[in-house]
Order: sequence, then C-alpha cells, then structure tokens
Amino acid sequence: MNELVFFINNVVIAGSVTGSIYAIGAIGVTLVFSIMRFAHFAHADMMTFGAFMVLLLTMAFPGAGAVVGLPTAVVMLPLAMALTALLAVGIDKAFYKPLRAHGVKPIVIVIGSLGVTLMLQGLIRLFAGTSAQSLYIAERKEIYRLELPFELATRPIIVTEPQVILFILTIAAVVGLHLFLNRSRLGKAMRAMSDNPDLAQASGININTIVAVTWVIVGGLAAIAGTLLSLDVTFKPDLSFFLLLPIFAAAIVGGVGHPYGAIAGGFVVGFAETLAVFNWTVMLRPIAHHFPDWLELPRNLAFVGTEYKIVVPFFILVAILVWRPTGIFKGKVIS
Amino acid sequence: MPAIIDVRHVNKAFGGLKVINDCSIQVEEGSITGLIGPNGAGKSTLFNIIAGALPLDSGQVLLDGEDITNRPANELFHKGLLRTFQIAHEFSQMTALENLMMVPPDQAGESLFSAWLKPGMVRSQESEVRRRALEVIDFVGLHHVRNELAGNLSGGQKKLLELGRTMMTDARVVLLDEIAAGVNRTLLGDLVSNIERLNREMGYTFLVIEHDMDMIARLCDPVIVLAQGSVMVEGTIEEIQNNPQVIEAYFGANVA
Repeated sequence: MNELVFFINNVVIAGSVTGSIYAIGAIGVTLVFSIMRFAHFAHADMMTFGAFMVLLLTMAFPGAGAVVGLPTAVVMLPLAMALTALLAVGIDKAFYKPLRAHGVKPIVIVIGSLGVTLMLQGLIRLFAGTSAQSLYIAERKEIYRLELPFELATRPIIVTEPQVILFILTIAAVVGLHLFLNRSRLGKAMRAMSDNPDLAQASGININTIVAVTWVIVGGLAAIAGTLLSLDVTFKPDLSFFLLLPIFAAAIVGGVGHPYGAIAGGFVVGFAETLAVFNWTVMLRPIAHHFPDWLELPRNLAFVGTEYKIVVPFFILVAILVWRPTGIFKGKVIS
Repeated sequence: MPAIIDVRHVNKAFGGLKVINDCSIQVEEGSITGLIGPNGAGKSTLFNIIAGALPLDSGQVLLDGEDITNRPANELFHKGLLRTFQIAHEFSQMTALENLMMVPPDQAGESLFSAWLKPGMVRSQESEVRRRALEVIDFVGLHHVRNELAGNLSGGQKKLLELGRTMMTDARVVLLDEIAAGVNRTLLGDLVSNIERLNREMGYTFLVIEHDMDMIARLCDPVIVLAQGSVMVEGTIEEIQNNPQVIEAYFGANVA
C-alpha cells in the first residue's frame, strides 16, 4: 500500500502538476499559432514575466494574502495577469505588428520572437537578479497530509497548497477558455479567423481586435502558468529555459492550433517526464524476494536520471514529428 | 442613376508587371454590372482593390461618394460592401449554418462586456440570427446540408454558401467573383434567379466577374470589358458581343 501512496505522490500528483503547467503554457503557444501563424518563442518568458510581476507585487504587499486566507501570490495573480496581458499586447504592437504589416514570412516573425525572448530574459535578470526566490514571503507553504483509512498505508498522500490552487485554476482556465471559444461571439470570431483569415475579414471581423484579444488571453494564461510553477518550486529568472521545450513539445504533440490537444499534450509530456525519472525500485521492492539471487535491485531504477529530465520532452517532440507530424489530434485551426 | 461604386484612375503593379493601368469604372446603384475580359486583364485584381483586400498604387475608390481607398475589408463590410471569393472560402471547421451565423455584424455578443453582462440579450439576438440563417439556407437550397461541416461541401455548394453569406446582412453592393465557376447547370439557374431576386426585392447592386457568357447575357446590364488593366468598352451585352475590338481581344486578331 505504501508503494501505491509513493506512486500517487511521485507520479500522479507530480505529473498532474507538471502537466497542468505545460498544458496552460501550450495553450498559449497554440493560440498564437492558430491566429497569427507563427511559433512564439517568447511565450515561456512571458510566463517568467508573469511570475516576476507576482513576486514584485507580493514584495510590495506581503500581508495582502492573510486578509482573504490565500497565499499573497495568488491574490496578486489577477493584477499580474493584467500586466502580462498588457506586456503581450505591447510586444505585439512594437515588434510583431510592424513585421506582419510588411507581409514577411512567418519564419522572420519567429526569429523576431527569439529576439524578444533574449530581451525579456535580460530585462527580468536585470531587475530580479539571477538567484532563485520564493514567492512565499511573509507566509509559509501549507502542506496537506492526507492519511489514508487503510491499515497498510502508513504514509500519507502529500499535496501542497499551491498544487491544490494549481489544479483548481487549471480547470477554471480550461473551462473558461472552452466557453469563450464556443459560446461568445468573440471566441467564435477567433475560431473563424484561425480557420480562414481572408473570409473572416470579408465577413466584417476586425483582425486587429482579434489579435489583441488573443494576446490578452495568451498573456493572462502565461502569467497563471508561470506563477503557479514558481509557487510550486521557486521563481528563477531563467525559468523559461526549462519551460520552452516542454511547452512546444506539448503543443506539437496535441497538434498545433488545437487548444484541447495542447491540454492533452501538456499532460502527456508532464507525465512522461515524471515517469521517466520515477524510481521503480520502490515499486519492485515488495516482490523482490521472488527474483533470482543473482538479480539485485539497484538503489535507483529510473529510465533517465533527474538531471536529464529535459531529454524526455525532446525525445517526445522528435518522435511525434517523425511519426505523426500533425499531432495526435491533427491541429492547425481552433476547433 | 448615381454611381454607388466609383473607381477613379486606379493603378496597380506587381513588381514590374502593371496589372491595372489608369482604370476608371462606375457601377450604378441598383444595377447588375458585368466585368469581363480575357485572362490576365486585371479583373480579379480590380475586384480585390475595391474590396479592400489589396492596396492600390494610386487612384481612388468611392463608395456612394465616400472615399474608401485602401480601407480594410472588415470596415467595408460594415458599410455594406460585400464580396465573394473566386475560389470559394468557407470556415471549414464550422457547419454550413454556423458559417452563415458568423456573418451578421454588430451583434451584442461581439463585445466582451455584453457577452458577460447581458447574456439574455445575446441569446435573443442569437436566436434571431439563427432564424435568419435558416431562411437564407432555404433560399439558397442548402437546407439538407445545413449541419454538415462547410469544409465537406462540394465546390458548387460552397459557392451557394458564399451567396448566402451576402444575404445575412443588409448589403448594398455585392462583388461576385466567378460565382458560377464549378457550379452545375441546374444549380446555376437557381443562382441566377437568386441574384435577380436579391437585386429586385432587396435592392442589392451587383458587380459580377464571370467567364460564363450565358450567365453574363442573362444577368448583366451593362457589361464592362477590361483588357490589359483598363476599360476597353462598356455597353449592353449585344453591343459588346458585336464589338470588333472585344472579339479581337478574346480570340486574337483577324478571327472575325
């Protein structure tokens, strides 16, 4: 039983946490692609920026969370989302819009977004320093230990407060986005534009409005994902290095331009990473006495070492590109 | 009759290729004006310029006296200038009915505020739009495929859907870009009578690019012949058909 608890703690919960963050990140990448048709490399830095805004706001009002009984960082999240959305719209106006106006090929805008990545990273480092910082400033991270009502399970299931908030916000974001895309006129206009931009414009849809709305949504989602990751671990200015590859892998696994695919892709990559570094020795120990004598269980039996975790999304990315280039859900347009 | 569309001395070149050459045309309000010409005459380019899909190099386009030069297509849509596409465009991931329901402008749900604050209003407006879309889909004879994804419709059905789209809003001028191409004869009859009905009953003005001379003959008066980027002749279909210049442009020299 304890092995099962170990599995739940280290795979189910950890995988869901990573998966949720990748999923929200991948939705952003996929939305930008389906509306503007380019791969937005600076997305992971928008996530870092969102988390950094939360850090600054939390430093400014460290006691705000106690008033409502939530971590201060979470209370500051809506404001950080608004700021990140503003940044996203601003970056588009300053860098991508002039490129689009010149009718350049998408690859030029992709390279432009690489420039924005470096710029954002430099700026964040300039103000935040290079060290890791906790988003919990005046508070302590709550840890919930759920004792199981079984004789054999002596160990509790462990889940932290930010993880619970993460699950709730992920569900809220996904449901909200689903309703927005399918129910609101604006969401339908986004789908229309992703499907056929010329026709959308000839049907009276203002492309500039849709682009701005897309950036607002993308910025807001980036802030959520970045903040929740930083809450779960710590804030680091180079967070984006560890995020960029997995979220692109997730977006491609799900089929670029497919928000629901991005969610699935996020969880596939998240769980694949978690399972790859999971120590199977613990699971095998109860049946170890059935093994022949010459077979001794190693102390750590994982597919890859933790330090090579980043290899996993890279492998998935290559595998998907080779065997199923359109993604498991065949994307391209929002549907 | 006043000109609802007034194109004045428009020039457009792609690289070194001059496609539209000091071209001026007028479309009278309430008319069904035909625009014909040999391949490469610049018909589609002129169309795209009027519809706001292409920037022009020099010249002016007026809609009912208002300067609309280089205005984006979505703005023209709200002024009542609609177009169809030579190769039928559709929202492939939406059903035929949803395609039509995308069109009507100024719906309450369009703005974020009313989408969240006045859901009742949005809903009643949406059911109104739905009713209209159902009427239109009956009108163009696509009732039986209304719930199919538009991407799966046949080429001819997509063309009918294009025409239907122009009926979802109170258009003033509709630019039809080879609406008959790829549509079978029976369907074509429906198409022509639908266009005539819209012209008669709703007062739509049409500017029609067409290669099918039968359709031009049935539908259009006057007809403008474009060649090498400017107007060659303009007149009734009989005048055009008997014009030696036109015959030469279409068939080369000395055929007549």
